[in-house]
Amino acid sequence: MDEKMTIDQHRAPIYEALEKFRHMRVVPFDVPGHKHGRGNPELTEFLGAQCVGIDVNSMKPLDNLCHPVSVIKEAEILAADAFGAAHAFLMVGGTTSSVQSMVLSVCKRGDKIILPRNVHRSVINALVLCGAIPVYVNPDVDQRLGISLGMKREQVAKAIEENRDAVAVLVNNPTYYGVCSDIRSIVKMAHDAGMYCLADEAHGTHFYFGAGMPITAMEAGADMAAVSMHKSGGSLTQSSILLTGPNMNAGHVRQIINLTQTTSASYLLMSSLDISRRNLALRGREVFAKVINMADYAREEINEIGGYYAFGRELVNGDSVFDFDPTKLSIHTRDIGLAGIEVYDILRDEYDIQIEFGDIGNILAYLSIGDRSQELERLVSALAEIRRRYQTDSNGLMSQEYIDPEVVTSPQEAFYAEKHSIPIKDSVGCVCSEFVMCYPPGIPILAPGERITPQILDYIEYAKLKGCSMTGPEDPNILNLNVLV
Amino acid sequence: MELWFSEFHAPDVKHSIRVNRHLYSQKSDYQQIDIFDTPEFGRVLALDGNVMLTERDEFIYDEMITHVPMSVHPNIQNVLVIGAGDGGVVKELARYEKIQRIDLVEMDPQVIEACRAYLPENASRLDDRRVHIYFENALRFIRRCTNEYDLIIVDSNDPFGPSEGLFTREFYGICYNALKEDGIMVNQQGSPFYAHDAEAMQRSHKRIVNTFPISRVYQAHIPTYAAGYWLFGFASKKYHPIDDLDAKTWLSLNLRTRYYTPKLHIGAFYLPAFLVEMLEEVE
Repeated sequence: MDEKMTIDQHRAPIYEALEKFRHMRVVPFDVPGHKHGRGNPELTEFLGAQCVGIDVNSMKPLDNLCHPVSVIKEAEILAADAFGAAHAFLMVGGTTSSVQSMVLSVCKRGDKIILPRNVHRSVINALVLCGAIPVYVNPDVDQRLGISLGMKREQVAKAIEENRDAVAVLVNNPTYYGVCSDIRSIVKMAHDAGMYCLADEAHGTHFYFGAGMPITAMEAGADMAAVSMHKSGGSLTQSSILLTGPNMNAGHVRQIINLTQTTSASYLLMSSLDISRRNLALRGREVFAKVINMADYAREEINEIGGYYAFGRELVNGDSVFDFDPTKLSIHTRDIGLAGIEVYDILRDEYDIQIEFGDIGNILAYLSIGDRSQELERLVSALAEIRRRYQTDSNGLMSQEYIDPEVVTSPQEAFYAEKHSIPIKDSVGCVCSEFVMCYPPGIPILAPGERITPQILDYIEYAKLKGCSMTGPEDPNILNLNVLV
Repeated sequence: MELWFSEFHAPDVKHSIRVNRHLYSQKSDYQQIDIFDTPEFGRVLALDGNVMLTERDEFIYDEMITHVPMSVHPNIQNVLVIGAGDGGVVKELARYEKIQRIDLVEMDPQVIEACRAYLPENASRLDDRRVHIYFENALRFIRRCTNEYDLIIVDSNDPFGPSEGLFTREFYGICYNALKEDGIMVNQQGSPFYAHDAEAMQRSHKRIVNTFPISRVYQAHIPTYAAGYWLFGFASKKYHPIDDLDAKTWLSLNLRTRYYTPKLHIGAFYLPAFLVEMLEEVE
């Protein structure tokens, strides 16, 4: 294709190629075997002929994600332009795959990586794969809300100072709750020390397109960013984008991606990325202005109910909350006497309202491009009703506290080490070889290689009691844990 | 030339009305609003393609949703009406002198404008001095009210569009909270006949049963609604719809009605077996 292709954000090359392909009425003697849905009428009935008709394999006119040369390459160039990145990779294994490719691109066995402990499990999974060693920066904690905030600059500086041999610093931009660290300063500190700066922007797609948003990783000069287009960007679940800055070798990153990525990338996912990128580039500003208005309105209304605290930019403190995502609707529920997870369950079971997650003290309602005010009114009214019907004394509710992990071995060593299964109640003092987390949000309570403490067990017990869905260990009931021998 | 307005009553059933003229067609912020002039039903108001009322049979709906609670509760002074932008319910309510205040909450000002212009008879009492119109989302309005109303009438569109919020547990809960300790809520409850209507009807009945101590369903025959067969919900904190009916007092008011009578009031709560079964399933 022409290297000097003109950048026109009105275009969507993958989508256009698929439209063209559809009109050609090509006879398929290739995979997938459902042959435009004919071989699987029930599936076609369920998903629609239009949808299964473009579930096709890589071929010359449609390019190949493992080695893009035409329409996928063009779509990636357009995405890079839209996000202000040097290069963009379309990803089909979720943002998990973006995060892992990002970590694997800069770390190898034995390398140190500096990161906050409230990372998504995909980050630590990547460390299990590559054998890198985590150096955790304890995130600051908001005592009232019981949530982990961002990293303080001085804490990052200290970690860099104490680990001059580390290869990278990873930043959540933002956290699940919408909290941003001072990523611009952190990038500078990392680069000054000769380290890469990586950003997990699973919750930050809209930063690239809305006005009045926190700074994006690319704008801050980060080297790579994993962006969940399917979260706030509107593309299909499991599609994602990996961005790189000018210092990264795109060919190397592509090789890393191809280590674990499917060779049969779904055109449903890729076309959804292409169309969503076009929509965001053309209309993102106006769309996210609406989302911010809705979130602001909801915060006001919820705070007026009393008892709840829907928090926002007032948390900004110039350091560990350098900025706050204004589209995030996070609500502290402890003061009405209910754990967040309890409100989460009541909303779903009694009001048919599904929110993103509830933890010990808070709930998060995810607002996006697809929301309307009438549904917000339902959410606010349901919260008012829950308060009227259930409000009680908040004594006896645990406040969520950040538990400082003791890392004994690298995640990879722990994961592959000889281990045995013991009852969880007898595991104090042992080194855990698996993850324990509430999902969502998917931030580990225990990661492979960490020491099990009484405080951690109390927390797990309480979270189970309140109804958090716990995942990670081999034993699905989490009565036993695998620990190092 | 033949011009017909058709509405799907079920995915495989259509109801068609011959049209003389299409008088009004506008898309508001919330919905498509149409008014037709028809030979059989007179003027017809449709929202998003669903018939809301026709001049010919609207009296059945308006009388049944209004006089049933009015003849049970002895002292209704403050009334809240949700939806009802066509003014038909307000027209019936305004006939009661003892009512002191009628608050009408309609999200879509354009419905009221269109009805004032093309259905003036229906909208005739919207200017009554007791009527206060609020253009607002109903949930937003009601959740700020506690212990204020004797009667809430929910005159909504069907539960598959912008009115979906008016069929939810949270809505019934905030209505409960907005009612006085002997308050009544009456709502249009859809039709039990076609499958998707029946399912929605059961869902909302279940939610009302979970919210109010007394919850009964009553029926009416409305030719232009799906299956011609419509239900209303009577939810109450204190009064029973039959045991507390005060026919004598109501008759003494000398209100002329064309559908409602105190005898029919009682009969309307006696439901066919299949419907009783459907309701009991969720009670």
